[in-house]
Amino acid sequence: MTARLLDVGLVLVVLGMAAWIIVARQTVAAVMGFVAYGLLLSLVWLRLGAPDVALTEVAIGGGLSGVLMLGAAGRLRGVWQPPSEPGFPRRAVAAALSAVVVVGLVVSLLSLPDPPPTLALAAAANADATTIGNPVTNVLMAFRAMDTMLEKVVLLLALIGAWSLAPDRFWGGRPGQCHRADPNGPLAFLARVLTPVGIVVGFYVLWVSAEYPGGAFQGGTLLAAMWLLVMMAGLTDAPPTGRRWVRLILIAGPAVFLLVGLGGMLLGDAFLAYPVAWAKPLILAIELAMIVTVAVTLGLLMAGVPERSARE
Amino acid sequence: MTTFAANLLTVVAVSAGLFFFLAGTVGLLRFPDTLTRLHAITKADTLGLGLVVLGLLPRAASPGVALKLVGVWLLTLLASGSVSQLIARAVRREGSSA
Repeated sequence: MTARLLDVGLVLVVLGMAAWIIVARQTVAAVMGFVAYGLLLSLVWLRLGAPDVALTEVAIGGGLSGVLMLGAAGRLRGVWQPPSEPGFPRRAVAAALSAVVVVGLVVSLLSLPDPPPTLALAAAANADATTIGNPVTNVLMAFRAMDTMLEKVVLLLALIGAWSLAPDRFWGGRPGQCHRADPNGPLAFLARVLTPVGIVVGFYVLWVSAEYPGGAFQGGTLLAAMWLLVMMAGLTDAPPTGRRWVRLILIAGPAVFLLVGLGGMLLGDAFLAYPVAWAKPLILAIELAMIVTVAVTLGLLMAGVPERSARE
Repeated sequence: MTTFAANLLTVVAVSAGLFFFLAGTVGLLRFPDTLTRLHAITKADTLGLGLVVLGLLPRAASPGVALKLVGVWLLTLLASGSVSQLIARAVRREGSSA
């Protein structure tokens, strides 16, 4: 009973937050609302028994997207004028479309077969093949490893897309503005004290993902956040995006993944088929390469488009 | 007897923690400007979270879990303290009291 009340309250707060994001007048306020919404949504995932998704939601939905949108909001300040109030016909059409989407979602949810078709049992039955205890890691790194690899390639494409917005003369230059902060101020203090802890927690999240919720993506996001904090505190500068080591790290994750996959073709049965005895060390190697790539990719994505020459 | 004492500690500490959260929220909603609101929310919430963690310590499954709870509180202490300083400095620099 108490749990049910808690769930209903949580859902009401999530819906209220969503409505508030839409009606918020100021862009920054809406972004803050979106970050809080991500945190609330992760509580919903926890209540649904999906801690891995909850971790990702906190890291990506709340943290990373929040930082990206805050940056966008800062750039739009004073430049962007909100469009004039839409008239009644446009509002009516928008409302009708939203209603259709809601009805469609409700109908498809209610018409799901019971029990729903699932591969969870097959995944659980074959868990021994990798000696990894966390079923989510098993699916991500072994049973559906192809999806995870392509996901990393998409991430790289996103970064290239952002970089391609740079003016020609700054191609390969340093991303974003140079951050200057009081070297004895609270931001520098936070960056000095929090960063070592954050790095340990980031690798810990990767390490425990063999048995408990966690993973390379969540850990990598934490590392990227720590890097961004150090950059914003002015303790270090973003590296020029044309540097050889930057480029090498950016492709390290997908490259190791691809090499292991091709090795599986030569030694095993198929692309990305791990020899059973080597499954865990191979997965760990891929995840270690991935966490570094994810951290640098997301850090550079948050740092922004190249806006300064490499020598600056 | 020791379980009773542990349960009593949990109930008293968590209730006190929730009281401070409530007080902080009331301050956030009722105080007139950014600086006083910051004062209310950071101090009261950090103390409230500390009391909740203290109350949950006897219920931790293992010393490791207890250490993680204390770690969460210490990180919150660091983050909310630093961030409130940053917001306060930004308010002073821009001279607004919105």
